[in-house]
Amino acid sequence: MHLDHTHPGPAAVSADARRPDGSRRALRIGLGGPVGSGKTATVAALCRALRDELSLAVVTNDIYTREDAEFLLREAVLPPERITAVETGACPHTAIRDDISANLEAVEDLEDAVGPLDLILVESGGDNLTATFSKGLVDAQVFVIDVAGGDDIPRKGGPGVTTADLLVVNKTDLAPYVGSDLARMAADAKAQRAELPVVLQSLRDERGVADVAAWVRGRLAAWTA
Amino acid sequence: MDGVTVTGVRGHARIVARADGRGGTALPVLDGEGPLAPRRTRSTGPGAKVMVVGAMSGPLGGDRFTLSARLEEGARLHVGSAAATLALPGQTKDAARYDVRLDVADGAELHWLPEQLIAAEGSDLYVTTRAELAAGARLVLREEQVLGRTGEQPGRLTSRLTVRIAGRTVLDQELSCGPGAPGGWDGPAVLAGYRAVGQLVVVRPRFARSPVPAQVLGEGAALVPLAGPAVLVSAVAPDALRLRRLLDEASARLD
Amino acid sequence: MSRAALLVLADGRFPAGGHAHSGGAEAAVKAGRITGAASLEDFCRGRLHTAGLVAAALAAAAALGADPAGLDAAADARTPSPALRAAARRLGRQLLRAARATWPSPGLDAVARQFPKGAHQPVVLGLAARAAGLGPGDAAHCAAYESVSGPATATVRLLSLDPFDATGVLARLAPELDRVADSAVEAARRVADEGTDALPAASAPLLEVMAEAHAAWPVRLFAS
Repeated sequence: MHLDHTHPGPAAVSADARRPDGSRRALRIGLGGPVGSGKTATVAALCRALRDELSLAVVTNDIYTREDAEFLLREAVLPPERITAVETGACPHTAIRDDISANLEAVEDLEDAVGPLDLILVESGGDNLTATFSKGLVDAQVFVIDVAGGDDIPRKGGPGVTTADLLVVNKTDLAPYVGSDLARMAADAKAQRAELPVVLQSLRDERGVADVAAWVRGRLAAWTA
Repeated sequence: MDGVTVTGVRGHARIVARADGRGGTALPVLDGEGPLAPRRTRSTGPGAKVMVVGAMSGPLGGDRFTLSARLEEGARLHVGSAAATLALPGQTKDAARYDVRLDVADGAELHWLPEQLIAAEGSDLYVTTRAELAAGARLVLREEQVLGRTGEQPGRLTSRLTVRIAGRTVLDQELSCGPGAPGGWDGPAVLAGYRAVGQLVVVRPRFARSPVPAQVLGEGAALVPLAGPAVLVSAVAPDALRLRRLLDEASARLD
Repeated sequence: MSRAALLVLADGRFPAGGHAHSGGAEAAVKAGRITGAASLEDFCRGRLHTAGLVAAALAAAAALGADPAGLDAAADARTPSPALRAAARRLGRQLLRAARATWPSPGLDAVARQFPKGAHQPVVLGLAARAAGLGPGDAAHCAAYESVSGPATATVRLLSLDPFDATGVLARLAPELDRVADSAVEAARRVADEGTDALPAASAPLLEVMAEAHAAWPVRLFAS
């Protein structure tokens, strides 16, 4: 906190692009989606793909305390001081949409502690298809679904599938085993989302998270432009 | 309070401890009037030892007792009591009051370890303990409240404990229980049926440099660092014996 | 004074982080001490007359303009559990953010500068009430109500308790809540002359002890 008089303005209240000292804050990208769709694995893969070129940090929103944060710590995708867990009182969607105060504290604390940061990934706890991030918390959001959750999810739509800045259909390698029709999922997603991008990925393939990482780089270039 | 003293007994005891310049502690003041009598006893450790003897049972409703101890620079004093203090119903409907005032100067160390305070059925007592410590003072203070003698209903007891270090209050808490206490005192947030509750406060200047981490000591007890160079052990137990055991174990952890 | 502003501040959906805290209910549920509406009511009543009364008096004193630093220190002295002190500061910081966005005021900005890591939530609540044009009685009512509404909401989630039963508990506590708020304001008015020692210090041993145990659980639903 700056007590001198050169920065008399209040600290950023929510989505302000500037930090209290006038510098640009990190780009914040939210990752949401149903339980088990591969959000944490995608975050881990993104950290590995981007950590050498960017200064980044992660906030997790767990249903039960710190499980996702601890997975990331175990996988050592980032130094521990760059990973923070927000406790959500059994309501992860509340913490990312209706009452974002704890998440805002977490992202600002990370910037204070390990900044300057280029990027902060905010991962939602696994929730339902209607859970989306508040614009007061993140600048862009990724919605992660998987082929095993049913290939009719894109057709059914819902706020996550329809409005997320990027839709990721994960675990495409499992499609033959669970009887999901990838072409149909892609077509349905396109119909629901018009021009908004969709990525089909398998983290087990060689390409891995490369398409999502490329999209993140694009957002970051626009943010700092 | 005048109305109270008309019907009740007034008791007052005063202790002043002073370093005698030869590594020991003198007691230039050791006064008691009424039912409270402080007696110097042979000390097994360094410093002086005093036992407070209650010459009469009490306090009864309407009584007013005060007990004060002042430790001057470098003095070391251990104060205990010969028996548990039993709060009993009096002739009047008035509450009894018991005030303890402790002042500890720099370099002085007070061990204030009285026996339990038992709130017998029908009693009504308000007790305050206020410790004022200089920045370089040390303190070990134990308080135990037992709600009712074995098999009887508790009396009404309110107990406020305040500890100030170098003019700053680091602990201020009041427990109110028994018939007529604010609602929920025996419920799941406050005592949940436990009949013995105790506090152990330990103040040491070195805690400012090396704070003691919080520790959970089983079901009903925790050792916590306060916002200052002090720790508090808070404990609840079914009876006085088990409470004492919890506090003794906690105390041993701090040595 | 605006009655509607009080509704905004007291609304359970006011985005200040309260939803992630159970006020000790999660630990009491696990210990088997809250098992249904009756024991929830007993829990809430005990919390109201202890932590609730203290919070209400701190909030009222802050709303009356007492020095926030002095009140924050008084809150520390009345909160032996470091887990609860940390939770209160975290919630205070979150509430301050929400209040500054809702009722922008130089006073709240100054508090944000003075307490970068957060002040105790009831102190901030009183300052937020002041910024919203509310008085000490409103602040005390808000704090006292939060002291019981948090555990009631959490218990609905933890025990799948019938939400109508939980709301009934809150309604039955209303007359006592009014009395607690009144006595909190009375104490708060004495702070100007007598200092913070005039504030109540009612404590609940099990809330303090259990908060430390809860903070050490590896898996829990609520932050406190």
